[in-house]
Amino acid sequence: MTAAYALADFRHCYGDRCVVDIPTLEIRDGEILGLVGPSGAGKSTLLRLLNFLEAPTHGRITYAGEEIDGDASLATRRTITTVFQRPMLLRRSVAANVRIGRKLHGLDTNDNNTERWLEKLGLTDLADAPARTLSAGEAQRVALARALVVEPSVLLLDEPTGNLDPYNVGLLEDIVRSENAERRTTIVVVTHDVFQARRLADRTGLMVSGRMVELAETEAFFSDPQQPQTAAFVRGDLLI
Amino acid sequence: METLGRAFADALGLLWGMDAALVETVVLTLQVTLVALVIALVLGIPIGAAVGLTRHLPGRWLIVPLIYTGMGLPPVTVGLFTYLVLSNQGPLGGLGWLFTPAGMIVAQTIIAFPLVVGLTMAAVQGVDPNLPVQMLSLGATRRQVATVTLLEARVGVTAAVVAAYGAIISEVGAVMLVGGNIEGETRVLTTAIVLETRKGNFALALALGIILLALAFLTNFAFHRLQVHQGVR
Repeated sequence: MTAAYALADFRHCYGDRCVVDIPTLEIRDGEILGLVGPSGAGKSTLLRLLNFLEAPTHGRITYAGEEIDGDASLATRRTITTVFQRPMLLRRSVAANVRIGRKLHGLDTNDNNTERWLEKLGLTDLADAPARTLSAGEAQRVALARALVVEPSVLLLDEPTGNLDPYNVGLLEDIVRSENAERRTTIVVVTHDVFQARRLADRTGLMVSGRMVELAETEAFFSDPQQPQTAAFVRGDLLI
Repeated sequence: METLGRAFADALGLLWGMDAALVETVVLTLQVTLVALVIALVLGIPIGAAVGLTRHLPGRWLIVPLIYTGMGLPPVTVGLFTYLVLSNQGPLGGLGWLFTPAGMIVAQTIIAFPLVVGLTMAAVQGVDPNLPVQMLSLGATRRQVATVTLLEARVGVTAAVVAAYGAIISEVGAVMLVGGNIEGETRVLTTAIVLETRKGNFALALALGIILLALAFLTNFAFHRLQVHQGVR
């Protein structure tokens, strides 16, 4: 399997404090990688770096076989989208919010892509509703639709179901799974919910204090953790 | 009360009779105010958005207080400054704009510009800072992020337009000094009110005031409808 990302001696520091410090990491093309860990572990920062919203302060990052030095090109950035825990929707209709992804990319917005994604995420009846009036679950579905409507190669999910009820959690996980299965989209999901990582991810990694403590196939990660911190995390113990 | 009643009657009479001098004054008032407003918006909105969006703007510590100070510029001081710049001895005296509508537009633009910049800046800063990051994560360029943010701040930007319009349609000091209140050439509603008051024609002055207020109300009503429409979409 080829690599979507390859990170080497990868660090992101503010002064002396490194919030991400990963000697080596390969994210496989077409896999779902789960990242778990306590708050402040550097998971969200890592996602920002993988989305090329910031450049790492040290080290190398290779994306789709190309080494990215400094800022990534617009074309590269446009192959990656992120869904955040608290989506910021525009003061427009639901359909306009889904369409914005394609608009920003200069893609055709008259095709049926928007309608298709609205339907997939159960938003057709809300298409003309003002997006700011939606519930948290509906808003997150809109955020997922606008991220997927551009058909990204990589989808980054930053605690996407943190505030959602079980129905919406299930719906979003189904979409993520089918997107990965149908289009082989590489997906990195940061989650506080270890069960979600277990349900979704092919491989799971534990990050603590900016470092990748352990990264393994999900089944092995949960059933046979190699590191004491991983074992503690899987058991539900607090990590300091 | 009698004067006020007569003023309303005079105002209606003036409007009903479509008095040529009054129409000319109203048209010039709208021309000067709207042209100055458009220039201030074209220049001020992008600058306000840029200052609002650029967190690490060099010299921000000085630029922002300067903008705030500009928002409270006394019109008469702006008028005096513009007068000196446009007078024969001034650096732009060669333009021949003193005592012309062009000069009045310059003065009113100077009054409106900082209001537009300051209120646009505040409106843009009021947009959730997560929005630009999320737009970038969807593949937006910096320019697209600025446009989207400005559109999100459109209710606040409309307030900037209303405030600037209100400030210049009602000001008298600058247009009086720079325009000279010449009948048929540079007389606008506010300077006509001052003149009629000085002549003791209180009813006529009040009538002009009522027309000025009606103009301001109609325009602001239109802006408000626009704002409501934007807010609920």
